[in-house]
Amino acid sequence: MAGSGTAHLREDADVVLRAKNLYVEYEGRGGERVFAVSDVSIDALRGETVGLVGESGCGKSSVARAIMQLPPPTSGTVELAGERIERLRGSALRKKRRQLQMIFQDPISSLNPSHRVKDIIAEGLRIQGGLSNDEVSARTSAMIERVGLDPRRAPQRRPHEFSGGQCQRISIARAMVLDPEVLICDEPVSALDVSVQAQILNLLREMKERYQLTMLFIAHDLAVVKNLSDRIVVMYLGKICEVGSSDELFERPTHPYTRALAQSIPEPDPDVPVGPAALTGDLPSPIDPPSGCRFRTRCPIAQDRCAAEEPAIREVSPGRYTACHFPLVESESPESPESRESPELRAGETV
Amino acid sequence: MTMQTTVGRGSNEGNQVGERMTREVLQVDNLRVWFHTPAGLVRAVDGVDLRVNQGETLGIVGESGSGKSVMARAIMKILPPNAEVLEGSRIVLDGRDLARVNPKKEKHLWGVDLAMVFQDPMTSLTPVMTVGRQLSETLRYHKKLGRVAARAEAVDLLRRVGIPEPAKRYNYYPHNLSGGMRQRVTIALAISCSPKLLIADEPTTALDVTVQHQILNLLQSLQESASMSMILVTHDLGVVAGRADHIAVMYAGRVVERAPTRQLFAHMRHPYTRALIDAIPRVGMPSQARLASIPGRPPVIIDPPPGCSFAPRCPSAQERCLKETPKLESGTDSPGHGTACFFPLGTAAGDEARRRNVEAGTTAAGAPVSPATVV
Repeated sequence: MAGSGTAHLREDADVVLRAKNLYVEYEGRGGERVFAVSDVSIDALRGETVGLVGESGCGKSSVARAIMQLPPPTSGTVELAGERIERLRGSALRKKRRQLQMIFQDPISSLNPSHRVKDIIAEGLRIQGGLSNDEVSARTSAMIERVGLDPRRAPQRRPHEFSGGQCQRISIARAMVLDPEVLICDEPVSALDVSVQAQILNLLREMKERYQLTMLFIAHDLAVVKNLSDRIVVMYLGKICEVGSSDELFERPTHPYTRALAQSIPEPDPDVPVGPAALTGDLPSPIDPPSGCRFRTRCPIAQDRCAAEEPAIREVSPGRYTACHFPLVESESPESPESRESPELRAGETV
Repeated sequence: MTMQTTVGRGSNEGNQVGERMTREVLQVDNLRVWFHTPAGLVRAVDGVDLRVNQGETLGIVGESGSGKSVMARAIMKILPPNAEVLEGSRIVLDGRDLARVNPKKEKHLWGVDLAMVFQDPMTSLTPVMTVGRQLSETLRYHKKLGRVAARAEAVDLLRRVGIPEPAKRYNYYPHNLSGGMRQRVTIALAISCSPKLLIADEPTTALDVTVQHQILNLLQSLQESASMSMILVTHDLGVVAGRADHIAVMYAGRVVERAPTRQLFAHMRHPYTRALIDAIPRVGMPSQARLASIPGRPPVIIDPPPGCSFAPRCPSAQERCLKETPKLESGTDSPGHGTACFFPLGTAAGDEARRRNVEAGTTAAGAPVSPATVV
C-alpha cells in the first residue's frame, strides 16, 4: 500500500476535480520535514461523491486543504472544471475558490460568533457581488429553509443559540448558497450525536441529488463514508492504498489495510463475533516513513519486496485499484460476503 | 463464523440464565445528581438504578447530555463542586455504602477496589513524570511495595497491557507515546491494584478504529482473566454490542431501557433504543441508503416538564407520555428486561400507539410521523 501512481484517474469529460501527484510537506516543530501527503492523485466526476477514509495522520485533511489551496500543495496540480488552480494567486484564486466550498468538523468554531445567521450565509454572496440586496436576501432565506432551519426565527439569531447539528446546517447553507462546483466536507459529522449525524448525512445526500453536487467527503468512520460516497479512496500515512466503488470496497477489500479497517469496525450486533485486533502497533511517524510500502511495518502479509520497492497503484479488477504487491484478490471466496469474519490474515494480534 | 478465532462473549447466554454464582459488585439505587448552574438546576442524573455482577460488563450507552459520564463520576466520587448528590441516592460497592466511606480515611478504596479509565489518557497521567514512575508510585503507595519490587511489577504491568519493550518504555514520558500507547498505560494504572470494578468512560473515542479494537480486546481479556467487573460507558452501540453482558440505555438522565445484551438487540422495547440503532449507518448497508434519523435533538435537562423526556421526538408518543413520567419496569414475559415506556415496541399497546400516530400523521407531541419513518 501506500503506493503511488495515477492508474485510478479517469479520462472523462465529466471530471470536475482532478488533483494529480499532490505532495504536502512542511516543517515540523523540531525543524524536521513532515511528509503529510506523498504523491496522491484524486479525481471526481460531476455529481459524484468521493469518500476519503483513513486513520488520523493519513493525510486526508491535508489533501483537502491542498485542493482548497489552503495552503497550496508543495507540488502537484489541481484542476477545477478544466482549469489549473494551484498557480493562481490573489484575486484570480479568490474568484476560482468560490466554486470550491468547504465544511469543517467543528461547526461552532467555524462560524463567526458575532454575526447573525443571515449575514453568515449571505456574506459569500455579498463578496461575490453582482446581486441586489433583495436577491441576496431571497437566496439566503431560500437556503435557510432548504437546510431545515426555521425560516422565521433562525436568520436573526447568532451561532451560540444553535446546537452543533444546527450549526452544521448553517455551514452547509453558507457553502451551498454560492452554488459551488465542488463541496469538500472534512469530518462534517464527527462531532455530532448519532441521532443528529443521521439528519446531517441525509441533508447532504439531498443537496447532492438536488444540485448534482460533486463532493469530496472525508471521515474516519467507514460506515459514514460509505453511506454518502459513490467511490472511496483509502489512505494510509500520506499514500493511497485502495480505490473502489463504495458498495464493493469493504465487502471485498483487496488491500490488507482496507481489510484491517473493515475488520475493526464495531458492529452494533451482538451476533457478530468480535475477532482479534486486525492490526498491531501504531502508525509510524510521517517524519521518517517506512521504505517501500508505507504500510509494511503493520501489514500481516508483508514480504521482503515490500520494503525494497514501493507498490504502484494498479487495476486489480474492473474499477478497483490497489497499491499492493500482494493484493487479496483470489483469497476471498465470492460466495462469502462476510469477509470480516474470515480467519486468515489474523496473524500477530497483540491481545 | 469461526468460534476459535473470536474473543467474543460466547458465554453470554450462559450467564443470563444464571448458572454462574452471581455476586453483585455494584448496586446503585435511585442515584440523582443535580448541577447548580446559572441557567438553572440541571438534573444530569435523575433516579438511576443499576446492578453489576462480578466478572460482568455493563455497557452504558447514551448521547451527549444523557448523564452517562456524570453517573460514572458519581460512583468514583469525582464530581465537580457544583454537583449535588441528592438524599436517597445509594451507591454500594461490594457491600460498602460509598456515601459512608470517608475518602480521606479509606485511601485504598478508590484506585484499588474501584478504578477508572478516561477518554483522554492525559486525564490520568501527569506529563512531568515517566510512565514507569507513575505506575511504581501507585504500587508503592497502595500495595506497599519496595522500590525494586514496584519497578518489576510496573514493567510486568506494561507488558500485560501490550506495550512492546516494557523495560525501555518504563522510562518514557507520556508525550513520547502515541495515543493508543498512552491509553494502555492508563489501563495499566487502573488495573495495577486488581480493582473489583473498572469504569471505562469512552476509553476508545479518541482513538483510531484499528487501535480501538486493540484496546477493547485488551480490556476484555484483562477483565476475564481477573474476573473483574466493568462498566463500559460509550455513545457507540457498536462498541458495547460485542463486549457487554448487559446494556443500559440512558436518555436525559434516566435509564430508558436495560436488558441482557442479546435480549436488548433482539427485542428492543424502547422507541429511543430502536431509533438510536436505526440512525447508525452500517458498513453492511448499501451506499446512499437513507438513514432513519430522529427529529430534534437530545434535551437540555433544566427543570424538565413532566412526562417522558423522549416524547417530543418519539414516533409513538401519546397524550399520556406528555403528562406522566414512565418508570423503568420489566415486562412479565421477560423479567431481566426493563423499559421506561408506556407503549413499548412489540407490545399490543405499543403497536396500537404507532398505528394511531401513523394514521393521524402526527404524534401527541405534534411531531410529524410518516409510515416511512416508522420501523
